[in-house]
Parts: sequence; C-alpha cells; structure tokens
Amino acid sequence: MNSFDVMFYLIAALTLLAAAVMVFSKNIIYNAMGLLVAFFGVAGIYVMLGADFLAATQLLIYVGGILVLLLFGVMLSQRFTGAEMRTGTLQVLPATLVCAGIAAILLRMIWQTPWPKAEIAAPKPTTHEIGMQFMTTYLIPFEIVSVLLLAALVGAAFLGRRDAR
Amino acid sequence: MQELIQSLQNGQTFLAGLPPAILTLIFMALGAVLFATVMALNALVAVYAERKISAWMQDRLGPMEVGPQGILQTLADAVKLLLKEDIVPAAADQKLHWFAPFLVFAAPCAAFAALPYTREFVFANFDIGVFYVASITSLSVIAILIAGWASNNKWALLGGMRAAAQIVSYEIPAGLAMLVVVMQVGSLNFNAISAAQDGGIHHWFVWRYFPFNFIAFGIFYIATLAECNRTPFDLPEAESELVGGFHTEYSGFKWSIFMLAEYAEMLVVALVGAALFLGGWSSPIPNFMNTGAWGVFWFAGKAAFLIFTHMWLRWTLPRLRVDQLMHLSWKVLTPFGFACLLGVGLWMLI
Repeated sequence: MNSFDVMFYLIAALTLLAAAVMVFSKNIIYNAMGLLVAFFGVAGIYVMLGADFLAATQLLIYVGGILVLLLFGVMLSQRFTGAEMRTGTLQVLPATLVCAGIAAILLRMIWQTPWPKAEIAAPKPTTHEIGMQFMTTYLIPFEIVSVLLLAALVGAAFLGRRDAR
Repeated sequence: MQELIQSLQNGQTFLAGLPPAILTLIFMALGAVLFATVMALNALVAVYAERKISAWMQDRLGPMEVGPQGILQTLADAVKLLLKEDIVPAAADQKLHWFAPFLVFAAPCAAFAALPYTREFVFANFDIGVFYVASITSLSVIAILIAGWASNNKWALLGGMRAAAQIVSYEIPAGLAMLVVVMQVGSLNFNAISAAQDGGIHHWFVWRYFPFNFIAFGIFYIATLAECNRTPFDLPEAESELVGGFHTEYSGFKWSIFMLAEYAEMLVVALVGAALFLGGWSSPIPNFMNTGAWGVFWFAGKAAFLIFTHMWLRWTLPRLRVDQLMHLSWKVLTPFGFACLLGVGLWMLI
C-alpha cells in the first residue's frame, strides 16, 4: 500500500462521504455543500490520474459556474427564512428494494469487468496535447460546442431582458 | 520540490531514513503552514499600511498610540478580535455559519502554491499554473454566498449575492487578460511566463505589443480589484448600503478571517499581476540582483507596489453602484479584453 493508494482512498472516502451528505440530507443547501466537496474529490481523482487540465477545468466550471448557478437558483426561489420546501421520504420499502436491485446489478458488472491497470508513470502535462487535438483531430466537435454555447448565451440574455414578456 | 527532497535524501541527515512519501507530506504540511503564516503577516502589515496610507492621503496621522508610530496597532486589533465573543444568531444556520470562513480562507491560501517566487524554487511547478489560480479563486464565490445565506439576514444575503455576481462577472475580463499573456508565452506555467520576461524592464510584458498588453494589464488590474471586493467595487461590504454585507453577522475571530482572506486575496491578485505583466522574479536592471533569493525580493516588491495602488485607489475613487459595476464588466472590460486578444493574436501572426 504505497502513498498513491493511501491518497486515493482518502480522496475517494471524502467524495463518497460528501455524496452521502448530498443525497441523504434534508436541507437543500447542505446538499449543495455536499456537491461542492464531491466536485473537489473528483478533481482530486483527476489529478491522481495525471489529468491536470481536466482537474482545473472541473474546478472552474463545476464549482465556479454550475454550483454557483445552483446556489443562486436555490436561494432566489425560497423565502428568506430557510428552506420552505417539504423534503421527506416516501415509499421507503419499494425504493429500497429497487435501489438494492440496481446496486446488485451494477456491482456485478463492476466486479466482472477486467479493468486494465495503468502503470503509475510520472504524469505528463496534458494542456499542450489537448490544445493540439482540439485544433486538428477534434476541430468540428469543438466548433459545434462553441455554437451550442453561443446559443445558450443568447438564450440566457434573451430570458434576462428587462421589458415584460 | 522533488529535487529538494532528493537532495535531502542523498545528504547524510536523519531525514534520509524516512520514506519519500513521509518527507513529501511533511513538506506539504510545512508549505501550508508557511502560506497561512504569510497570510496572517500580510494582513498584519497590510491593515497597518492601509490605515497609515489612507491617513496621510487625508492629511491626518492614522494610528499613533500603540507602539512607535502605531506599528503594534494591528496586533492589538488582532488580540481584541480573538478575545471577542463569538455571536451566532439563533436562527442562523450554525453549521454553514461556521463553515464559510474556512472556505473563504482556503481559496487564497491554495493559490499561493503555484506562484513563481524564485527562478529555481517553486512550491508546485504546475504546467497549468495560471488556470489553477483562476479556478481556485472561484471558490471564494461559494464561500461568500454561503456566508451571506447562513447569516439569516436580508442584508447579508443581498450582499452575498451581489458579491457573487460581481466576482463571477469580473472573472471573464480577468481571464481574457491572462489569456493575452499566455498567448505570447505559449505556456500556462508561471515560471515560464516569468522567464520569458527576464532580462530587464524593457522585456516586461506590460510594454510589449503596445498598446494591447498595456490595456490588458489595465483590464486585469480593474477586474481583479473587483474580484477582491475592493473599492471602488466594494458594494457588497458597504456600510451605507448593506450594513456589512455578507459579513454582517460575523463577529470577533470569524470576521477577522474574512478580513484576512480579503487581504490575502489582494496579495494573490497583486502577485499574479506582477508575475504576468511586470516580470515576476526578474529584476528591472538586467543581471543585477537577478539570481537566487533576490527573486522573492523583486516579486514581493512589485506586488507591494500594486497593493499600494489598491489602497491609493480605495481612498480616491467613489463606490460604483451595482448596475454601473455590471455595466463596466460586461459592456466595457469584456469587449476591450476581446479586442486586446484579437489585436495581439493578429500582431503575433504578422
């Protein structure tokens, strides 16, 4: 059990704990905080796999963009004095049975798949390679995603305009 | 840092017996403690400097009682804040109220690791240094939002939301200005960016490709000023509008953490600006005091000058209204940022 494994188990435990908080908590802001820590955990795992650019992008986009959007949405759609949403559990027994069934199927699949073990070499910086691939092999998907983002931007600006609809 | 660990292991010290993993962990812990200490000392010095500079600009003397010329004033303030009662409103969210200062402290603390202090030694030689700093400073948005929410206070919530909107809006021109420099170097590595400006003041990026880099420096300066919630962009913490903004309900030590984090964010932003545009660890005079630990001196000196201009601006300009703030970011800085990017790109091609 070298330090790489120890680090991985620590980060994985943190991510799973945060995901548990996110799923089981009744307070929606606590869910968002659990999501925050889970995002950080995933970024940590990306770093351990040597995907440095992806880890920083995960932080920038997920934490800095999507989580902020989520928090704004939650905070502006409630009254100012805490969560008025009714959160509770319904139909516990059927839900547990279905979840246990799906978990069993997933676990069996995970156990049976021969996961290839990557050699733990020194991680190479990926930014240059990503840039080159975006400009040569994956140029068309890059441009299509840009057009999609432009459409989203225009839509958001349109929805947020000042005059009454 | 790996080279340091290897050289320690090859030497005949008692540290050679420990496995490299333990040594790495020890150095990481030492680095974190060092960053936290630097943050605390920076707040100590910066608060005193702010009070003295603002006083002299307003033709008064500032703190003079505690210690010679009031040097121990910030220390006395820190002791007072430590001893103050920690009041949390009964209807506030106790866990989140306690959690937010941690987050807001962690964001600038983590950003110190990637900065280029000297030519030879970097704490973490990231190849994505600039990108890492940009993504870590977006953590402070969440922290401020949670601080505003957890206080269960209308003014705090409004202040938190305004601060979050402000920081998120000004990240874009700051990122564009950073991209202008990254385009010229071809790497996101801070050490490479500083090395590309080596050799004297005429090599600094702020003078090259005139006027695009100069405008980019201006955009970066204004945008990062807004990211730290400094005047003229400090509407989220303004007293006349929002009592205290997102830190209204924080008293004693937790409030001082917010102040510490604000001054640390100012330092990070000044260091990044100095690294990107003003040459990093290279000295203005070529081959004069240019090696080894002098890098820290020049780097910190440039950052100190930028922090001085931050404080100068604070007492010179009035505060911007929130719609003026948003207008400045989206309708002025972002188009100029794009224009600089295009201009430099075309210039580099021709």
